Amino acid sequence: MLRFVLKRLLQAIVTLWAIVTLTFVLTKSVPGDPFSQEKQISESTRAQLNAYYGLDQPVVVQYGLLFQRLFKGDLGPSMRQPGTTVNEIVRDSFPVSITLGVLSLAIALAVGIPAGILAAARKNTFFDYLPMGFAMAGICLPTFVLGPILSYVFGLKLQWLSVSGWSRSTDWILPASTLGLFYAAYVARIVRGGMLEVLGQDFIRTARAKGVGSLRLITRHTLRGGLMPLVSFLGPAIAGLVSGSFVIENIFRVPGLGKHFVQAAQAADYSVVIGTTLLFGSLIIVLNFLVDLIQALMDPRQRIS
Amino acid sequence: MSAEAESATEQGSSLWKDAWARLRRNRLATFCLGVLVAITLLCLFGPFFSPYKSNVQDLDYGAQGPSASHWMGTDEKGRDMATRVLVGGRISLAVGAVATFVALLIGVSYGAISGYAGGRTDAFMMRVVDILYAIPFLLFVILLTVLFGRSLLILFAAIGAVEWLTMARMVRAQTASLRKQEFVEAAVSLGLGWPRIIFRHLLPNVLGVIIVYATLTVPSIMLLEATLSFLGLGVQPPNSSWGDLIKQGATVMDSEPWRLFFPALFFSLTLFSLNFVGDGLRDALDPRAAKD
Repeated sequence: MLRFVLKRLLQAIVTLWAIVTLTFVLTKSVPGDPFSQEKQISESTRAQLNAYYGLDQPVVVQYGLLFQRLFKGDLGPSMRQPGTTVNEIVRDSFPVSITLGVLSLAIALAVGIPAGILAAARKNTFFDYLPMGFAMAGICLPTFVLGPILSYVFGLKLQWLSVSGWSRSTDWILPASTLGLFYAAYVARIVRGGMLEVLGQDFIRTARAKGVGSLRLITRHTLRGGLMPLVSFLGPAIAGLVSGSFVIENIFRVPGLGKHFVQAAQAADYSVVIGTTLLFGSLIIVLNFLVDLIQALMDPRQRIS
Repeated sequence: MSAEAESATEQGSSLWKDAWARLRRNRLATFCLGVLVAITLLCLFGPFFSPYKSNVQDLDYGAQGPSASHWMGTDEKGRDMATRVLVGGRISLAVGAVATFVALLIGVSYGAISGYAGGRTDAFMMRVVDILYAIPFLLFVILLTVLFGRSLLILFAAIGAVEWLTMARMVRAQTASLRKQEFVEAAVSLGLGWPRIIFRHLLPNVLGVIIVYATLTVPSIMLLEATLSFLGLGVQPPNSSWGDLIKQGATVMDSEPWRLFFPALFFSLTLFSLNFVGDGLRDALDPRAAKD
């Protein structure tokens, strides 16, 4: 187990290094320097950028300097908003994105897992076709289609919820449901598949023959194995929730980091884009590492390969 | 069909004919294939028959709902939405096809070489894929478009360059299992070089897997393009794709709902069909992998 953890930890560190390096190489391979091309930035901002990236130094020194700053947790200044640093933007908006992400994931699991279990337990009946039909429709309705539809129905027509902002206590419902329901569709399909796989095995038939009730059969014998595929889906799902938040925060005008990232990208605020890319990248890698650990704890076979 | 013709198809049955027959029996997949062909043809040729041009404005007819003369209504500048949706579809489908092709070229070559080489080379190449897998790619596509400008070419390349990983894994697994077989040994003993063995002898045997995953890559790429365009980071004016039209439609949804409805309908229908055709192809080409 210790060997497994160390191996995964090493892999996570290499990936982090790869992300920083890839970002650096991309920035440096732009024809002309993205920082020096811009004429509209003020002298003080230029001095800040210079101090952070060491733009007048040789490339190797710049590369080292970047690591030095990153180790201190310093993500650099903003090019377009003079006097603002990426750290300040992150401090203000990241908690909002985390809240949205956690709520969405909770909705996805709370809706998807029971639906998947029900569909598997009552395979090829109405209780299978109904949730699976919804799941298929959900997968084909990307968040940027589902979001406007939900805000049209519940916000504009029924007037139950507000369609934008993050100030009222009910503002989270629409954005988190949009993102959560999209992933609930995937979760339901994966859970159904995983449960069916386990339900088809011999030990389930043995348990049935010994007279185990159907509820106990699901909860005691099938669930642990049947949910394994879901745990391995959590890694990609986390990355998906991050990219999903870009779209959702724009639709519902949620002041999260995803919205800032997209705005920075639209305004070509390179330093903010690079800083946030590194942050999101590291976040996803750390969470993936945790998912690997959970998986290894749940399924000993994973520790060997 | 006459009895004679039936026996003829039976004796000449190849893998592809079998697969086609299996696909035909899957009614949902066949239907979706039909929908897909219809949408593609409509997008390719429909605009030629339209009395309107996708970029020509007619301010007198701005923001009109669907009618006999404008089947899908008009936008705020009086441009015919039906024509715009079809022309936008060309871009969405083209991005899907071209970027998939780029991903295919990289993924298949990489996977085949890795699988055929085996040993340390293989282990190293696959470790690189593992590491790349963990990198959040939407971030990098956005970074690429920010740094290098937002042209269609960059978009094709950026999306294709990040979507090849699954393909590489699939092809590698298949080649690795095939390279031990006798026909490869025969090719080696004939003195053929490895590029010829890989591309002439191994890859044709992996074609089924390649086709299935290519079909399943197209919708994920189209989704990526639409997400970027929705965020204003993808296709740029005067071009517009479905994602771009959906973005515009979403902003005026309360007063002009048809502007969201029609592009969203075409886009969702296409994704839906591609997913089912992909699933159907998988079942048809690889009966062992058939899901539940």
